[in-house]
Amino acid sequence: MSEARDSGAAIGRSVPRPRADRLLAGQGRFTDDISLPRMVHAAFLRSPHPHARIRSIDVAAAAQAPGVVRVVTGAEIAAQCKPYAGLHQLFSGMRVPDQVPMAVDVARWQGEPVAVVVAVSRAQAEDAVELIAVDWEPLASVVDPRAGAAPDAPVIHAALGTNVAYDGTVAHGDIDATLTAAAIIVEGDFTFGRHTGVCLETRSILADYRASDETLTVYESHQCPAQQQDIFARLLGLADNKVRVVCPDVGGAFGIKQQLYGDELAVCILSRLLRRPVKFVADRLESFTSDIHAREHRVKARLAVSADGRLLGLDVDDWFGIGAYSQYPRSSIGEGSHVLRITGAAYDLAAYRARMRMVLQNKNMVGHYRSVGHPIAIAVAETLIDDAARKLGIDPVEIRRRNYIAEAGYPHASHGGFVFEQLSLHACLDKIVALMDLPRLRREQDESRRKGVYLGIGLASFVELTGTGPDYYGKGEVRVSAQDGCMVKLEPSGKIRCFSSVTDQGQGVDTAIGQIVADMVGVPFDDVAVFSGDTEVSPYGGGAWASRGASMGGEAAVRAGRALRENILAVAGCVLQARPDELAIEQGAVVNAGDRRIRMTLAEVARIGYFRQDLLPAGMQPELSVVRHYVPHGRTFVATNGIQGSLVEVDPDTGFIRLLRHFVVHDGGTMINPMLVEEQIRGGVVQGLGAALYEEINYGTDGELTTGTMADYLVPMAFEMPDIDIGHVSVPLSGSELGAKGVGEAGTAGASAAVINAVNDALAPFDAHLTQLPMSPERVLRALRKIA
Amino acid sequence: MKAPAFHYERPSSRAEAFALLAQHGDEARVLAGGQSLMPILNMRLASPAVLVDINAIDNLAGISVAGDVLTVGAMTRHYQVAESAEIARHLPLIAEAMRHVAHAAIRNRGTFGGNLAMADPASEMPACCIALDAVMVIESAKGPRKLAAEQFFRGIFETALEPDELLVAVEFPIGQPGWRHGFMEFARRQGDYAIVGSAARFLVKQRRVADCRLVFFGVGDRPIRVQAAERTLCGPPPFAEAAATASAALAAELPEFADSLATAEMRHHLARVLFGRIITPFTADLD
Repeated sequence: MSEARDSGAAIGRSVPRPRADRLLAGQGRFTDDISLPRMVHAAFLRSPHPHARIRSIDVAAAAQAPGVVRVVTGAEIAAQCKPYAGLHQLFSGMRVPDQVPMAVDVARWQGEPVAVVVAVSRAQAEDAVELIAVDWEPLASVVDPRAGAAPDAPVIHAALGTNVAYDGTVAHGDIDATLTAAAIIVEGDFTFGRHTGVCLETRSILADYRASDETLTVYESHQCPAQQQDIFARLLGLADNKVRVVCPDVGGAFGIKQQLYGDELAVCILSRLLRRPVKFVADRLESFTSDIHAREHRVKARLAVSADGRLLGLDVDDWFGIGAYSQYPRSSIGEGSHVLRITGAAYDLAAYRARMRMVLQNKNMVGHYRSVGHPIAIAVAETLIDDAARKLGIDPVEIRRRNYIAEAGYPHASHGGFVFEQLSLHACLDKIVALMDLPRLRREQDESRRKGVYLGIGLASFVELTGTGPDYYGKGEVRVSAQDGCMVKLEPSGKIRCFSSVTDQGQGVDTAIGQIVADMVGVPFDDVAVFSGDTEVSPYGGGAWASRGASMGGEAAVRAGRALRENILAVAGCVLQARPDELAIEQGAVVNAGDRRIRMTLAEVARIGYFRQDLLPAGMQPELSVVRHYVPHGRTFVATNGIQGSLVEVDPDTGFIRLLRHFVVHDGGTMINPMLVEEQIRGGVVQGLGAALYEEINYGTDGELTTGTMADYLVPMAFEMPDIDIGHVSVPLSGSELGAKGVGEAGTAGASAAVINAVNDALAPFDAHLTQLPMSPERVLRALRKIA
Repeated sequence: MKAPAFHYERPSSRAEAFALLAQHGDEARVLAGGQSLMPILNMRLASPAVLVDINAIDNLAGISVAGDVLTVGAMTRHYQVAESAEIARHLPLIAEAMRHVAHAAIRNRGTFGGNLAMADPASEMPACCIALDAVMVIESAKGPRKLAAEQFFRGIFETALEPDELLVAVEFPIGQPGWRHGFMEFARRQGDYAIVGSAARFLVKQRRVADCRLVFFGVGDRPIRVQAAERTLCGPPPFAEAAATASAALAAELPEFADSLATAEMRHHLARVLFGRIITPFTADLD
């Protein structure tokens, strides 16, 4: 490690992203920027009903429409591929339905693709979609998860015999006895609205099947190209060495470009059927109806507390609605699993019980969105802790400090079944108190209250699971790779080309990988060009998910960079008649390990390695390209932690909430690029603040989607966002070379919980309290009893 | 999200435009700034056979003052209205309200007349026009006609315009001393359509409200002028008492209007809060 730092120290610097210049110059190349000869466009007819039988589909008129190449129904598509199911074997008793790309016989959510038109232009395809006649027989739908679990509820998938896809409990200690004996119990009934990722670039795919050699090339806006290669090959019966998935520039992903979508698989099938390239780019309405949703939970929870503010036990009951299917391949259980296992994870609880019921509904699928499940678990625990503090007259800072996992208590076996090697909860708390200048804020709050201005201050501690290891999906028999790889190559000029299996959707991970490679090889950062997102040339790996790009992909880059350095020094040693350990590489040149005198440039090493092998001893084989991989053995997740603080002003007459300031202190271990870390945290916070106040996908009582446009789904914009101050505590991850932990989702994890606590703090003088997100003005006024 | 096919016309004169509108009637839609129409077309909420693009017609844009009348041409872009010194001087209500109209990119392209002809009930400018006693200047092949703003807005996306008519300008009376204005809206985000908003002006004479206009928007299918409340505010002093009476009676004058943004009860509540906040700055100057 020290060797790496000494060599050039790109690691730890706020290097700007090379990719950003290109994107700002309008030279990004997204999937929709790619056009191929003979390419045609797909548009889908989607079910207008939440639940309906398809009596018949008449495509005759559509097939005759101008520009139409082919009209295909769900049944024809299903005949062209194997079914799949989003199952996770770690969760025994989980029951999920088989899926095919489009609805066959029955449509089970509004927006499910039913038929598809392929035409010369997208506009013509949309024209023809309007001419498809479907004879629908609407069926009763399941909307609310609890109603869906009732014995008389309509069963969405007859083969399962129930809508309850999972019912599981995690227990530790004797929660019933603890609740009986506790001095006080605080309880809450929490409702969380559905969200989605809202990427600037909507889902896009261009599939190109070449019949002559049975080769499928897919350009796709996706986070995980290797996973898609594996899926397309298996489901379509193709050889995976003839399936290439390319993810060019991707305009945001946030977890919603991490799974298999039926419409995208259908596009691959259409290309094979038609032997033409087929493109599909989701429009914004399709994005709201069919992009993965998240966070529909109803949680009842009770917290047992002693008279002196000791947290004794927590009892959690979560109803989790996942829509009509379980997302593939990861399954939809991740959110619920996290609610089961990390609610209250920052605290030492003697008794804990959590039950989670995952229920199928006639709504779009729920899956993974930034900070999977964490915002739910954190909001539940942190709200109850503040309620307890208020009831007992204890300061919110103090009640947290009293109850965190003890400093001396690591490694800590958590009540949810994980081992936390080392957290920095106390240090983060101390730091945020200073960052916020809490005593001053409390004084300001008192003074403004006297003037009729209601400020609120909220804190939310969090423990976050990042960097998923092989013990989660591996043991769950889910084909999601916990490994990542990195290829580095010395170019003839002495510069470095790097290909990483981790992918970049705008977060800047390729910059971090470049910094690591630069230091490990010993070249300036500008001499490293990083590429990713093409299975044709990429080492195998999981891609971008679980905040693991820099921490896990970075470890592969460390190993690859070091191996290349050793190989370069082996060649240089032959030329310079020196032992490799007498040499080092610095700023792109081979130097003496002792006096750092330059001996030869890397360009000279490359010239000899590639063009003048005659100068090398017989048998010396220069290896100036290397590939290395990394998998985090022995871990289910890498646990990180942090705390967020929120300052709000609530207008008790209108119910409007103004976000005044937001604060984060986070432990991401070693920071490879502090600027990227902070902007990742800020971006995540904004999505968390959207959850707190604005974003919600609504369905009507029968399951009809009522949030179809950006005017209905309110994403926060610059005007609504406060300044976000960030502080760091850096406890390096043990057992890793870099010591980096996940940061990409930390901002989202705790932001909404901090805002709920701030709002409830502001409303405390009115004896008003909220437990529903988002906190719309209407809900605030209702809590204030100003409207019914 | 591609617009259905349509025939596209780009007349270069008013006469040509009127002829096209007369010829195609209901089948035609007028394209001005396109900031509402294009999304409507792309979402296939409307499928007109013909689009009549009036961007190439001269003399439809601009702000001018003649005597006691300020005229805003229909094709004047929002940003031009927002930046106009004449508007700021003579119609400060509009200058203030314009800050709440959408976002810079939309204001650059969107037009004053297009916004009024679209008649979104949550839009700011229709309410301002009513509060300012504006006169809509309408033209067709049959010639011009004028209509008070209050008569112009008929419902959600519905105006008094006949299919063959074009809104060409809006005239505002100016030069009456003593009028003061108030404007406020509650929107979830800056630039969003308001849940509830209000445009108002008051003629203050000898510490009394001699005349006033109080118009709410976002509360019904069109801007709602609350005339009973206006009369109460102009009634006998003390003003504080009149204001309290008007506030209590306000909901009765507002329709029951609910949508995904808010219930009718929420709107009535916010309208009362808004009313209080709009008149607060004046109360110190009133008996």
